[in-house]
Amino acid sequence: MHISEGVLSAPVLAAGASLSAAGVALGLKKTPYEKIPQVGLFSSAFFVASLIHVPLGPTSVHLVLNGLVGLILGWAAFPAILVGLLLQALLFQFGGITTLGVNTFDMAFPALLSFWIFGPLVRSESQRVALLGAFLAGALAILSAGLLVASALSLTGEAFRYAAKAVVLAHLPVMGVEGILTAFSVAFLRKVRPEMLGGSR
Amino acid sequence: MDEVFAEGLSPIHRLDPRVKVVIAAAFSVVVALAEDFAVLLLAIPFPLVLIALARLNPKAVLKRLLVVNTFVLFLWFLIPLGFRGGELLSLGVLNLSKEGVIWCLRITLKSNAIVLGSIALLSTTPIFSLVHAMRHLRMPDKLVHLLFFCFRYVHVIEREYGRLLKAMKVRAFEPRSDLHTYRSYAYLVGTLLLKSSDRSRRVYQAMICRGFEGKYWVLDHFSLRRGDVVAFSLMAAWVLWLGVLQWGGIR
Repeated sequence: MHISEGVLSAPVLAAGASLSAAGVALGLKKTPYEKIPQVGLFSSAFFVASLIHVPLGPTSVHLVLNGLVGLILGWAAFPAILVGLLLQALLFQFGGITTLGVNTFDMAFPALLSFWIFGPLVRSESQRVALLGAFLAGALAILSAGLLVASALSLTGEAFRYAAKAVVLAHLPVMGVEGILTAFSVAFLRKVRPEMLGGSR
Repeated sequence: MDEVFAEGLSPIHRLDPRVKVVIAAAFSVVVALAEDFAVLLLAIPFPLVLIALARLNPKAVLKRLLVVNTFVLFLWFLIPLGFRGGELLSLGVLNLSKEGVIWCLRITLKSNAIVLGSIALLSTTPIFSLVHAMRHLRMPDKLVHLLFFCFRYVHVIEREYGRLLKAMKVRAFEPRSDLHTYRSYAYLVGTLLLKSSDRSRRVYQAMICRGFEGKYWVLDHFSLRRGDVVAFSLMAAWVLWLGVLQWGGIR
């Protein structure tokens, strides 16, 4: 979920922008030049993946996969997500210049967390541990993204109390879908290209 | 995923992209931080004038606005509930508080103004020109190239996705809410990532073959014409005026 322009207060926007700027700067520093084309194409692939709608009961949800982004890209998740969101803002006016920082942080920080916490599990010898780790990475990355969006709203004002709660509630069913999708994707990559799950350190 | 508004011969389309990026950023920031209704009401005509000058299709512009306003609508339902007291209207559990309505009105104006501004200035520029302009505006090299690669290949990968999906449909794939569907989509995503990774290796090798040494050169430069300077001054004056009205203490 994106927060639109014109919603958040100045301190929240500023905090989001500085946190994301730091994350992006570090991510770029840890990405050598020869990796830039690869990270760029992964951004395009995840951008396309986010346009996929999968059925969920009577409705459908679009994929986010920020957990998988983290598992594959590590620190490069920050610049990759920033670029994806910037493109989305330019192409469809989802989000925009002033909310770019907050929206990037909301998605990229959980990605980085799943890289730190679940990266080692996903690379484990045991298939069962790897799949469980991948499921948790996918599910918790969505939950934390939802919680971060909700806190950005609540920090803006008491007025957003219900909106923040609704945002978290809306993320709950998506957690399961994202967990399952991430686990199957990891199973697939472990079979065909295990080195892609190395992340960039 | 097309750049609907990017083509055109209007004065807005021909403006120097650097001018557009700077003004769009300044306008967004001023409007996002403004609180005063007078300022917000004076902010709305700014992009409208530009959109009129750019002769954009009004229907297409309205369609773009629909997306933001669904999020805004969601807030209209939830924000007024967040306030206690000062009811304008009380319908059992539903309290429409005055303060809540004011919040919502302000957000509606801000969101629409900023989105209109970015349609007027950014959408009327091809994305490659914007990336180029960001390069000139001292955005970090690596980030500019990341943006370049991402946009350059996003359509290629989208076509790849279309082909894979077609192949699945030919094999009678029908999306449902079950594990089989989720597994199929996950393998689809995995294949897309795999193909992107392989393609990026080929792209990089091709770059090396053409003498890439870790530095990208900008070959063509923008040149600021007199019209650009005039347009920049006029637009900057409007944005500055909004800022002064909001924070200048003049009433």
